[in-house]
Amino acid sequence: MNEAVIKALRERFGELVVSEFRGSTRVIIGKDALLAAMSMLKTQHGFDMLVDVTCVDYLNYRDATDRFGLVYLLANTVNSDRLTVRVMLNEPDLTVPSMFELWEGADWMEREVWDMFGIHFEGHPDHRRILMPQEFTAFPLRKDYPLQGRGERHNFPVIRRAQA
Amino acid sequence: MAIELPENVVVSKLDELANWCRKNSLWPMPFATACCGIELMATGASRHDLARFGAEVFRFSPRQCDLMIVAGRVVMKMLPVLQRIWQQMHEPKWCISMGACASTGGVFDTYCVVQGIDRFIPVDMYVPGCPPRPEQLIQAIIDLQDKIQREGTIMGDEFNLPGRQQAKRALVELPVLGQASEFRAADLLHR
Repeated sequence: MNEAVIKALRERFGELVVSEFRGSTRVIIGKDALLAAMSMLKTQHGFDMLVDVTCVDYLNYRDATDRFGLVYLLANTVNSDRLTVRVMLNEPDLTVPSMFELWEGADWMEREVWDMFGIHFEGHPDHRRILMPQEFTAFPLRKDYPLQGRGERHNFPVIRRAQA
Repeated sequence: MAIELPENVVVSKLDELANWCRKNSLWPMPFATACCGIELMATGASRHDLARFGAEVFRFSPRQCDLMIVAGRVVMKMLPVLQRIWQQMHEPKWCISMGACASTGGVFDTYCVVQGIDRFIPVDMYVPGCPPRPEQLIQAIIDLQDKIQREGTIMGDEFNLPGRQQAKRALVELPVLGQASEFRAADLLHR
């Protein structure tokens, strides 16, 4: 466990929920402290690589109290430390600050989370869908979205010969 | 009055001659999006040798093709591309839906995969299989050749009829299991 990192985080942001599973450390950070905490992790603790940004929808999950768990996987490429940072989010406030200023690699990963879960990243330079068509309105990886969709797959404009 | 025909002369109709030319020089447009495309390549390669049936000239420009072979699943983001390529092909043109995914969506019964391209473009031959063997595709081309021999005239006016140009289209799809009342097509159209 990254004791020094956790200690520094706790000194600055108060008591944080920290857990460990098979050698990987996970810490839950409040939404308001996210940008400051990530900035500190990058500049002072050497987490120079954002490995992944993804999200979990905990709707109907056993014992879950929050709807979405936004997950940031960080890595230190010098000493191979890894850290998982989670932010719990609830509707209707699904806006978090974008990490693009810290790690440019966050660009497409945050767009994918927006596309699939509808988490809004404030300050993202190119906040568009990345996989689904732009006119798509739903967020398909949310648990309340049916697997077969709501008919979008068959209801979009047909191209006529004159347009081709 | 009987006419004495010299050797090697056959009497036929001009329409049948035109159809005979059409069916033996199909130029396929490979719309290969998944593993069926690998079988499609094998069909065109030397072992299975599609050239025996006059259909080996794969062209990657729709303007030069008259047979579209849709091989693989088509997602809703890809479908406008498929439609545009189909519309850009000149009449007379035919379409083979190769494999379970192109014909019905296959195992991909999800929100983004089109459940059968025949909802959007007219399909002449369906090839079952996941993926189909090259022999199955060759059989589909042979059957399509029979179909071409039976339809069409030398002027080809019937290919430009509005009915043939219009694609079949399912405006409202079957209700999603357990979600029967949630979806209304009118909402989507006015969104």
